[in-house]
Amino acid sequence: MNRVDQCFADLKASGKKALIPFITGGDPKPGLTVELMHTLVESGADIIELGVPFSDPMADGPTIQLACERALRHNTSLRDILAMVKTFRETNTTTPVVLMGYLNPVEIMGYENFAKTASESGLDGALVVDMPPEESEVLAGYFKQHDLKLVFLMAPTTPDARATTICEHGSGYLYYVSVKGVTGSAALDIDDVKANLDRIRAKTQLPLGVGFGIKDGKTAAAVAKVADAVIVGSALVRCIEENENEPDVIKQRLSALMTEMRTAMDA
Amino acid sequence: MSTTDKTAIDLKAVTMLPNKTGHFGPYGGRFVSETLMSALDDLTELYDRLSQDPEFQKEYDYDLAHYVGRPSPLYFAERLTEKAGGAKIYLKREDLNHTGAHKVNNTIGQALLAKYTGKPKVIAETGAGQHGVATATVAARLGLQCTVFMGATDVERQKLNVYRMRLLGAEVIPVTSGTATLKDAMNEAMRHWVTNVDDTFYIIGTAAGPHPYPKLVRDFQSIIGRETKRQSMEHEGRLPDAVVACVGGGSNAIGMFYPFIEDESVAMYGVEAGGHGLEGDDHAAPLCKGKPGVLHGNRTYLMEDENGQIMGTHSVSAGLDYPGVGPEHSYLKDIGRVNYVAATDDEALEAFHTLTEIEGIMPALESSHAIAYAMKLAATMDKDKVIVVNLSGRGDKDIHTVAGLDGIEI
Repeated sequence: MNRVDQCFADLKASGKKALIPFITGGDPKPGLTVELMHTLVESGADIIELGVPFSDPMADGPTIQLACERALRHNTSLRDILAMVKTFRETNTTTPVVLMGYLNPVEIMGYENFAKTASESGLDGALVVDMPPEESEVLAGYFKQHDLKLVFLMAPTTPDARATTICEHGSGYLYYVSVKGVTGSAALDIDDVKANLDRIRAKTQLPLGVGFGIKDGKTAAAVAKVADAVIVGSALVRCIEENENEPDVIKQRLSALMTEMRTAMDA
Repeated sequence: MSTTDKTAIDLKAVTMLPNKTGHFGPYGGRFVSETLMSALDDLTELYDRLSQDPEFQKEYDYDLAHYVGRPSPLYFAERLTEKAGGAKIYLKREDLNHTGAHKVNNTIGQALLAKYTGKPKVIAETGAGQHGVATATVAARLGLQCTVFMGATDVERQKLNVYRMRLLGAEVIPVTSGTATLKDAMNEAMRHWVTNVDDTFYIIGTAAGPHPYPKLVRDFQSIIGRETKRQSMEHEGRLPDAVVACVGGGSNAIGMFYPFIEDESVAMYGVEAGGHGLEGDDHAAPLCKGKPGVLHGNRTYLMEDENGQIMGTHSVSAGLDYPGVGPEHSYLKDIGRVNYVAATDDEALEAFHTLTEIEGIMPALESSHAIAYAMKLAATMDKDKVIVVNLSGRGDKDIHTVAGLDGIEI
């Protein structure tokens, strides 16, 4: 069984919700990423979303844009990120890792090559922000071959007919974008999120994750009540941004914020 | 000139592109985050309906005639022809349009679409500022609130246009992320749009972006090529032997080329920004030197590194300083219907001075690239041959840049 499916099955059995942290691979430097992934797992991560830095992160706010710039200062490539996943797997064989990024680095590596290398590296899936289901057929074929999950976004603006299409194409889980905006935007409206999740749940058995606007224990707990997974990005990336040259402080800050959210979600 | 066997290609079918999903062969498409997908679906549907609606066409044609001042003249540049020493060179005078460039052909059309959607706000990205000015202009006329995103580098080198936009009531937002040029302005416009998609219409100025934009922009700009055909018949009794246009994102070029696609006797040349020369990386010539990839919502030729990161570009002209290009150009390159070439900064500047001095027409630095190549091309052709160059904009906005390069402070 793919690690993502296993993870959600286990959580369901224990009555818990998934906590999914996002960090950008190579931020603040490539040598630190695997250590930070372990830190996230130790402080309560169920799945890790690992960002692939891109020069033109169109769907991201300033925080993750800057994370990309820091990672790209070290020329962190998609191949480097997959190598990090491979290293992570040497000591962690259970926590699912899902890449999140933009299509162009995948295009230039080649879909087949990417799927094969990803699978060999111990990756479990990917979310390609600028690849909607309509453009995903070829990559989806290779992903299926290698038992990799292709995660899609769902938005407040997604009409019902599209939502059905996305549910049919998605695997692993669905990522519901809680607000119209870029990553790191304003606070989410929990009633609105719940209404949309109810609408989606009627169409699919896939676990529903919610991201955008979750920044602390309180928002994480509120989202955990209505969703299957809580996805946190910019709030964690800010811990890295503010302590770029102090790896130990980064780990402490990440750990503290993760623990706060985990505790609030499980309470 | 082409290496492809044109007899194998059904050019009529080429003119029917994009297909329903917005593809020109492998290029184009719709690569955006989910939040924007439904707005793009709505826009596609609206345009499909209105483009068949005689009332909409009538309104658009009226505005082009009475607000823009179309048709723009096709002018025989006698002294330029003499200097080049070969084929006759005609200039399609898009510089004489209201606001001084071809950009307004498209903003008139898209602003009409915006009016039909009822959205009260429009946004635009701009490089040289011509599209920003053209958007601010139609927004002023229709009473729409207008925000223009512009790379901080371009805000600096196109001060005149920045002030023009502000006078027209637009808010100009300098974008400092990335390379602070046109590509970053487009990123920021997309980010703004995703956040404000309910009440905001995005007027894209170049023939790139997610479907249906490349088609919209092409259709609205095609008036250039249609008029050129008619005017060439009036002047010469036949179609030109070659048409030449500069290519950044490629809106003026596709407007000139599209109506000629099926006319196989007409050779077409798209001139990219050669910057400091194609042998290095300091240029903006993705069709000449780039590889296919995905950026800004479409698959197309890009300037990118071996890891798929978009490269910084260089051109003396802000309007050509872009690492991508419209997807239809990528397709026309692959099938060999259009020849894509480049002119360097120096060649463009020389053409700027030449046209100004011997014809009394000051071209935009973007258009100067097309002039530079056309002069070279003309020299290789017989005197009874005819070349039409799309003079896409006027050069007033570039006076500071040119003066600076000449070491003159204004």
